[in-house]
This record gives sequence, C-alpha cells and structure tokens, in this order.
Amino acid sequence: MHPTRLLRSTTFRLALIYLGIFGVSVLVLLAFIDWSTSGFMRRQTDAVIEAEIRGLAEQFNQSGTRGLIAAVDRRSAESRTTRGLYLLVRPDLTRITGNLSRWPDALPDADGWITFAVEFGEGEGDLGRARIFRLTGGLRLLVGRDIRERQEIGALIRRSLGWGVGLAVLLSLGGGLLLSRSVLGQIESINETSQRIVSGDLSRRVPESGTGDEFDQLARNLNHMLAQIEDLVAGMKQVTDNVAHDLRSPLTRLRSRLEVALMQPRDTQAYREALEASIAETDQLLRTFNALLRIGYAESGAPREGFAMVDLADLTRDVEELYGPLVEDQNMSLQIEAGEGPTIQGDRDLLLQAVANLVDNAMKYAAAGKEIRLTVADDPTPVLTVADRGPGIPVPDRNGVLQRFHRLDASRALPGNGLGLSLVAAVAKLHGAELLLGDNKPGLVVELRF
Amino acid sequence: MTPITGLTSVPDFLKAWRHTNGWSANQTTMRILVIEDDAETAEYIRRGLTESGCGVDVANDGKSGLLMAAAENYDVAVIDRMLPGPDGVAIVESLRKIGKETPILFLSAMGRVEDRVSGLRAGADDYLTKPFAFSELHARVEALARRRIASPAETVLRLEDLEMDLIARAVRRGGERINLQPREFALLEYLLRHAGQVVTRTMLLEQVWGYHFDPHTNVIDVHVSRLRRKIDHGQNRPLLHTVRGAGYSLRAPD
Repeated sequence: MHPTRLLRSTTFRLALIYLGIFGVSVLVLLAFIDWSTSGFMRRQTDAVIEAEIRGLAEQFNQSGTRGLIAAVDRRSAESRTTRGLYLLVRPDLTRITGNLSRWPDALPDADGWITFAVEFGEGEGDLGRARIFRLTGGLRLLVGRDIRERQEIGALIRRSLGWGVGLAVLLSLGGGLLLSRSVLGQIESINETSQRIVSGDLSRRVPESGTGDEFDQLARNLNHMLAQIEDLVAGMKQVTDNVAHDLRSPLTRLRSRLEVALMQPRDTQAYREALEASIAETDQLLRTFNALLRIGYAESGAPREGFAMVDLADLTRDVEELYGPLVEDQNMSLQIEAGEGPTIQGDRDLLLQAVANLVDNAMKYAAAGKEIRLTVADDPTPVLTVADRGPGIPVPDRNGVLQRFHRLDASRALPGNGLGLSLVAAVAKLHGAELLLGDNKPGLVVELRF
Repeated sequence: MTPITGLTSVPDFLKAWRHTNGWSANQTTMRILVIEDDAETAEYIRRGLTESGCGVDVANDGKSGLLMAAAENYDVAVIDRMLPGPDGVAIVESLRKIGKETPILFLSAMGRVEDRVSGLRAGADDYLTKPFAFSELHARVEALARRRIASPAETVLRLEDLEMDLIARAVRRGGERINLQPREFALLEYLLRHAGQVVTRTMLLEQVWGYHFDPHTNVIDVHVSRLRRKIDHGQNRPLLHTVRGAGYSLRAPD
C-alpha cells in the first residue's frame, strides 16, 4: 500500500482525530494527577513546618531567646535527617544560629512563606521553602524544609506522566495504522475486484472474511449482486449465441433458396414455389422473433401494471376449448380437472400462452393414444398442472430445458423453436409462481405453483 | 388491373381477394392512405396494396398525413404509431375530433398489451405489430374497409345457399339444418360477415376467440376444418377455402 494513500485514507484520519482527543484527555488527566500529588506534598511540608514553628514558639515563650537558640541549634543538628532549614538572625540580618549561611533575599508572600535557593553546607543549590517571622526584640526567625526531594518526586512523576503520554500516543498511532491498514486492505480488495470486473472478468468475487462484520456483509452482498449480474449477462450472452445459432440456419436457408431461384431463368411456377417456401421460412423466423419479444416482455415485469383477476379454471377450459379438437386429431385426449377455480392476479394472454405452450409441448412429445391432463387445484395456493404420458425429462436435464432455445438432443428433429418452456418460465416468474418439472411415471408433469 | 406476368406474380391470397370481391364490381377502387415514415416500408405497403387493386396514397410524416386524411375520404388509413410530427395517436384523435370516421389500422413496433389497448382507445380500429406479414396487413385493411359496407342490423347472413339466422341462432345449407357448437357458430358468423375476404388465423383468434397470443400449432386450422366438414361436406360447391400463405376465405367457388 502506498504511504500517501494511507495518509489520505479515511480510517487513518479518523485514527488521528481519535489520537488527538485521546492525547488531550490523557494530558488533562495527568496534569490533574500531577497537581494533586505535588499539592498534597506541599501541604504536608507546610503542615510539618507549621508544627515546628508551634514547637519553637513554645520554647521562645517558656525560655526566651536563649531557649529558642538552643532549640534551633538542636534542630539544625538533626537537619541531615529531617531536611529542616533554620536561621535566627539579628535585626541587621547577621546570623545568630541555624543551618543556613545567610538570610535569603526572596520576598515573603502575604502569609510569610518564601521559596529560595538554599545556601549552606552540603545542601547548596537546593530549593527551600520556609516561613519567616519577626520576633519581639527585632530578631528574625526562618523555619523551613529543603524541598529538593519533593521537587524530585514531582519531576519523577511528571517524567513518568510524560512517558505515559508518549507511549499512549505511539500506541494509538500504531493502532490507528494497523486498523487503517486492515480496513483499507478490505476496501482495497473490493476495489481490486471491481477493477477486474470492469475490465471484463465477471467471475471475480470479493474475498469474504467470514467474520460476519459489516465488511463481510458488504462483501457477501456484493458477491450476491455479482452472481446475479453474471447470471443475467450469461443469460443474455446465451440468448445472443442462441439467436445467432438458431436464426443463422433458417436465414442461410432462406438466402440460398432465393439465390438459387435467381441463378437461371425458370418458369413462373418454379419462382412461385421458391417465393412461397421463402415466405414460410420468414414466417417461422418472425414467429421465433416474436416469441423472443414476448419472453423479453414477460421478463421485463411490465405486464404487472395491467394485471387483472384471472380464473385459472376458466383459463384451462378456454385452453381445452381451443386445443381440444387438435389434441383429438392427434389421437390423444385432453382431460381437465378444475372445479371452482382459484383466481389469481395475472396477465390473461401471457398465462394462456404459457398453458398453451405446455399443452403444445405435451402434444409434441407425448405418445399417441395417451391423455394430457390439465389440473387446477388450490392446495393451499393455486396450482396449475399439465401432465403428459410422454418420455418425460431426465432429472439432470430439467434445469436446462427452461433455458431459451434449449432442446433435448432427442427432440432436435421435432418442429419448434425451443422457446416454449422458457416463455413458461418467464411467465411463471412474472406471476411470482414456482415452475416445477416432475415425473408423471411415466411422462412429464409441469407444475405452476402461484 | 395490370396483367400478371413473370416475377410480378402475386401470392394466392391477393388473387383470391381479387377474384372474389364481388362487391368491388359496384364499388369504386378501394382508396387507402398510408402514413409511414420509413420510406421502404411505405413503398412495400404501397406496392402490395396497389397490386391487389387499391388506390394508395403515401405520406411520410404526421403533418402531411393528417392533412391528407382530413381532406380526403379514404376507405382505410394505415398509420404508423411513431411518426415525426404529430404521432399516430395524435392523428387519430384529431381526425375523430373533426368527425372523420375513416377506419384506422395502427402499425406499431410496440406490441405490448397496454400499447394496443391505448392505441385502440385513442380511436384506432385495429392494431398490427411489426414485424408483420403483408398478408396480415392486407386482410385487416380489407376487413376494415368492408366493415363500412356491412350493415350491422342484419339478422340473417347469407352466402349462396348457406344461411345464418342470428336471432334463432340457426344455420342452414340448402334448407338443411346444420348443428354448430357455439364457437363454430361464432366462427362462421365472422366468416360470413367477411365473406369474399381473406381472414387470417390471427384475426380469427383475436376476433372469434378474443385471444392475443401465438398458439404455435395450427389450432385454428383444426377448428376451421371441423366447421368446413359441417358446412361443405357432400356439397358440390365448397364455400370455405384455404388461402395459402394467408388464411381462409368464405366465398362462392370459382
């Protein structure tokens, strides 16, 4: 994946925004932690200093300046462990006792607190925090604590917090990249598939992860759509191929017949015969052509707008009335089983055409002397059945016969354009009916389940 | 009529038509207007109709077609539904509005049921979908032209010694009663009303059965031959004739 593409990707931008919000939140949180911990430490230091001041004030009250000096001396001696800072000076700021070398220059705040650089022995350079007082007699007292350790702890905390923030930023950046990469990868594969398809390879499919997530669902829906499109395209290609194949022979016959007729002078009768044969051929072509148009019309779904109530029992009786004489002439019989017929919403002419095609097929393939049975029932939805006693259709061929122009090899010699059953299939689909081919033992039974 | 020689030989159905249109003797030539923008189609229709004895005028667009149809009294107008200028539907509506009752046959590349219904509703009398056979067009033009002459008030239809009483619903040939099934009766009635003309199988399916579909096999033939057995069997002068390449004609024998 190209890096600039990654930077431009939506997911990556989202990851960055997320990172920003996350970073700011972490910073605010850490600032609060820092503020509360160092605040706590300062309050603690201040409390210790206050307590010491109270102790020293007691000494001063009980034993006067001498006692105070002794107490300061004592405490200064322990300062190595207590980190205490003490200084008692005369009014002219000269040192009396304490562990600081000189009175700090820093100015006290309203409560008498000062923060200053420590100037004494080994603690030099450290920070001190202290409170200063003016005693009766002009003496000044400083009591405080070396806060270097506290500062160090604070710095340590801040440093750890800084590392934490850095780590969080790095982690979320990395996570964003990984997430972005995986999402992009899936989109990329969809893109790649689309490009392959655009360039003509319709068999391509988007890989499905099987996780059931949104991307997987998208992939599955796309694949479903692609499968349907592929079917349609294949169907169209099949039709074109079949039209080319099935119309080519009659067109060739037609052309050569006309050509041959013109090759040398003939008598009127010969010309007439050639022309008549040509007309018959053309009629067959027109008929095939019209059947294709009708299938296309049914498949377009347009007839649905004109749907009206159609009584299926009436319909079969009409078919019987129209086809009965022909069926009888061919030594078969047409038997109707339809009582009070169920009615459906449909296109009467197309339904008639479909049933007529089925009867036509039955007549074509069924053996003479056998019956063709037309049944209408309501179990529980309307069902129209056409059953014959012909050879039937072997199970593996049943799907194929619904395709346009499909003719079982065994029936190639019989007249017909191979469009009969595909028209039935188109009409069934138009009416939301299921078209089932079954075994009549022997024979074929075609069921239209509405 | 021009003599028929060599390649200009006309198909049987044209001959049959010419041969038998006894009514045309006391009629002037049938005049037909063809409004069709495809010049070649228009020319084929013109030639075909001319050769079968009609006077044909052709208009190649809706405007001139409408003007001609409004100005003259044609027996039939054959109008393509899709035309430059006012289309077929607009022409029919205009004609009907000014009181012109010229029978109109629509030609259309739109063969859907709604298209046919809307065309007929607009005022056309018949509808033919492209591609069509010329014999089909010719038979329909003839039926439309003839319809103006037939009196709808007739209660008895006759051809030679064949007689149909529409009220008693009885058919006799040479005074002898013939029993017909209801559909056979309707079939014969239609043929009698169009006696002397060629009627196609599609016309019979549409007019007698009221269906608009392609029955593939020769179902109509079987019905016609059953009817023929009933009315012509044992008769010297057969009346119901098959016209090759077109359909049937009920007429006096040659």
